[in-house]
Amino acid sequence: MAPALFRKAEIEAPPDVEAASLRSDRFRLERETDWRRLEAIVEALERNRLRRISDDDLLALPVLYRQAVSSLAVARETSLDAATLAYLEGLVRRAWFQVYGPRTSFGAWLRRFLTGGWSAAVRTLWLDLCIAAAVMVAGTLAGWLLVARNPEWYYALVGEAAQGRTPGAGREALAETLKGTASGEGLTVFAAYLFSNNSGVTIMAFALGFAFGIPTLLLLIHNTAMLGAMLWVFAEAGLGWEFAAWLSIHGTTEFGAILLGGAAGIHIGRSMAFPGERAVLAAASEAGRLTAQVMVGAVLMLVVAGLLEGYGRQLIEAPIARGAVGGTMLVFWIAYFLLGRGRPAPHET
Amino acid sequence: MTAMIAPRAEAAGRRREFVTPEGLALPLTVASRGARAGALILDLTLVCVGFTILFILLLAMGIGLFDLTDAEGSPALEFIALVMILLVFLTRYAYFLTFELGPRGATPGKRALGIRVAARGGGRLTAEAIIARNLMRDVEVFIPTIFLLSGMGSNLGAAGYAAFAWLMVFVLFPCFNRDNLRAGDLVAGTWVVEAPRHKLAQAMSLAPDRTATYRFGEAELSVYGEHELQVLEGVLRQDNPEAQRHVVEAICRKIGWEPGTGDDRAFLEAFYAALRARLEQNMRFGKRKKDKYDAQA
Repeated sequence: MAPALFRKAEIEAPPDVEAASLRSDRFRLERETDWRRLEAIVEALERNRLRRISDDDLLALPVLYRQAVSSLAVARETSLDAATLAYLEGLVRRAWFQVYGPRTSFGAWLRRFLTGGWSAAVRTLWLDLCIAAAVMVAGTLAGWLLVARNPEWYYALVGEAAQGRTPGAGREALAETLKGTASGEGLTVFAAYLFSNNSGVTIMAFALGFAFGIPTLLLLIHNTAMLGAMLWVFAEAGLGWEFAAWLSIHGTTEFGAILLGGAAGIHIGRSMAFPGERAVLAAASEAGRLTAQVMVGAVLMLVVAGLLEGYGRQLIEAPIARGAVGGTMLVFWIAYFLLGRGRPAPHET
Repeated sequence: MTAMIAPRAEAAGRRREFVTPEGLALPLTVASRGARAGALILDLTLVCVGFTILFILLLAMGIGLFDLTDAEGSPALEFIALVMILLVFLTRYAYFLTFELGPRGATPGKRALGIRVAARGGGRLTAEAIIARNLMRDVEVFIPTIFLLSGMGSNLGAAGYAAFAWLMVFVLFPCFNRDNLRAGDLVAGTWVVEAPRHKLAQAMSLAPDRTATYRFGEAELSVYGEHELQVLEGVLRQDNPEAQRHVVEAICRKIGWEPGTGDDRAFLEAFYAALRARLEQNMRFGKRKKDKYDAQA
C-alpha cells in the first residue's frame, strides 16, 4: 500500500485506526485508503482520462472493486454510519458502471457493424422487410390507380412537392424537370439538404413504429402513393422510362433506406403487439436494440443516396447511365445484405 | 431535520434494486420526471445558446441568415450553408447520442442534475440501446417542438388536433408508468437513474472519549433506534448550534435528564457514540431496532 500512497498524493492518509472507539469505524478506517484509490480510478475513467491511470491501478481495479463490494456487504450488517454507507453505495455503483460498462469502443463497434453485424440484423428482419416492401408496392399502385381515375387526386397526394410536375403539363415542361445542371455549383448544399430531410423521414418511420407499427405503415403508403402518382403523370406524357431512370439513380438506395426504416418500425410494432412468451417490455427492448443497428445503416445509406441525388443525378443526364448507376447500387446492396457474414450484436438484458 | 426526511420519503417510491454479478443488491433511485425534464431543458438551452452564438459570429462576419438560403454562386457561402445543414442534423441526432455513449452515460444537462442512463434491470448498457433510445427522441421531443413552434395545428383543423393529441401521447408517456420511462427507454430497455456522488465523510467515533463525563445506562439507550441514530448523525455532521440545542433538549426530555447548558456537541457526540455502540452490538447478534416505535430489542 505504501508505494501507492506516495504516488497518489491526493489520497490523504486516514487517521490512526486505534483512535476510533467503535468497531465499525475501525473497519472503515482500515479500508478507507483502498476505497479512495478505487474512487480516483473511477473518476479518471468517467472523465475518459485513460492515460492518467497507471498500469498498476488498472490491474488493481477489479480487485479494488470486489473489495469495495464486500466492504459494502459487511458494512450493511455491522455499521450504522449512514454517511459511510451512502458513500460506499455510490462508489460501488459508479465502479459497477465502469467495470460492467460498454465493452467495445465506438470504432470497434463500427467495424463489426460494417463487416457483418448490419447485414445480419437486416436479414433477421426478413419478414418485416417483406411486409414493408408489399406495403410500398401497394402504395405505389394505389397512387397510380387513383390518379389514373381522377387526376384531381394528384394535387391531394403530391401537393407542394410537385414543382411543376403536374398532370397536363406539356411533355417538354416535364422533360425539363428531369434535366441535370451543367455545373456542380450548389450541389453540395442540395445533397446535404436531401440527406437531412430524408433521414428525418426514415427516422420518423422507425420511431412511429412504437404505436404498433400503424403510423409507419401510413407513412410508407403516403410516400409511395406520391411516387405512384408522379409515375402516372410521366408515363402519360410518354416519359415513363426517363422518369424511372431519373428516380433510380439515387432511388434504389433511398427507397432501400426507407424500406429498412419502415421494416424496423414494423418490427418494433409487431413485437410489442405480439410479444409471444416474453414480457411486452422485454420484447420491445429486444426489438429496439436489434433495429437500432438497422437504423444506423439506413442513415448511412441515406448519406450515399443524398450524394447520388445531389451530384450523380444532376451531373449524369443520359437515362441509360442513370439507370445503370441505380441498378448497380441495387445489386450492391442486395449482395451486401445477403452475403455479409456475422451475427447481430448480442443483446443482453 | 424534517426537511431532509420529507424528500427521502418521496424518493422511497422511486427506489429499485438490482443485483450485481457479485450477488450484492445495490439500490438505485429512478430519476424523477422533474429532474429529467430539467435535464432536457438544460440540454436544449445549451444547444440554442450555441447556435445563437454561432449566428452572431456569422453576422459579425457579415453573413446573414437569409444570405444562406440562396447561397448559389458563392463558394464560401455555399460551404457555410453546408456546414450549417450538417450541424443542425448532428445536433438533432448526435448530440444526445455521443454524450450518452460516453463513460458517464449522461448529457451535460443530465450530469448537471446528477442523473444518468442505465440498462434496465442491471444489465450491460450497449451502444445499440443508446442509439435506439435517441432515435425515438425524435418523435418525443423534436417533432412536437417543431409542431408547436410552427403552429402547424392552427391551420389544419381537426387533423391538427388529432396530431397534437397523438404527439402528446409520446410527450406524456413518462407520466403513466412507475419507472418514468419514456417511449425511447421502453424500446431500448434503458432507464434514467440518479447517480449521486458522495464524499467520504469523517468517521464519527474519532471524537475524544467522554464515557467518563456522560454515562448512559441501558434504560436511556433503549429509547431510540437506527432511524433516530442516523438523524442524530446528520445533525452532528451539519454542525448547526441551534439544531443541536433542539436535539439536546428533545433527547433529555425523552430520557428524563436535565439538559445542561454546557457543551451541546460534546453531549450529543457522547450520546451518539454510546447509542451506536449499543445498536451495532445488538446488530451483530441479529437484533435490529428500526426506530423508536420498534418494540424489538
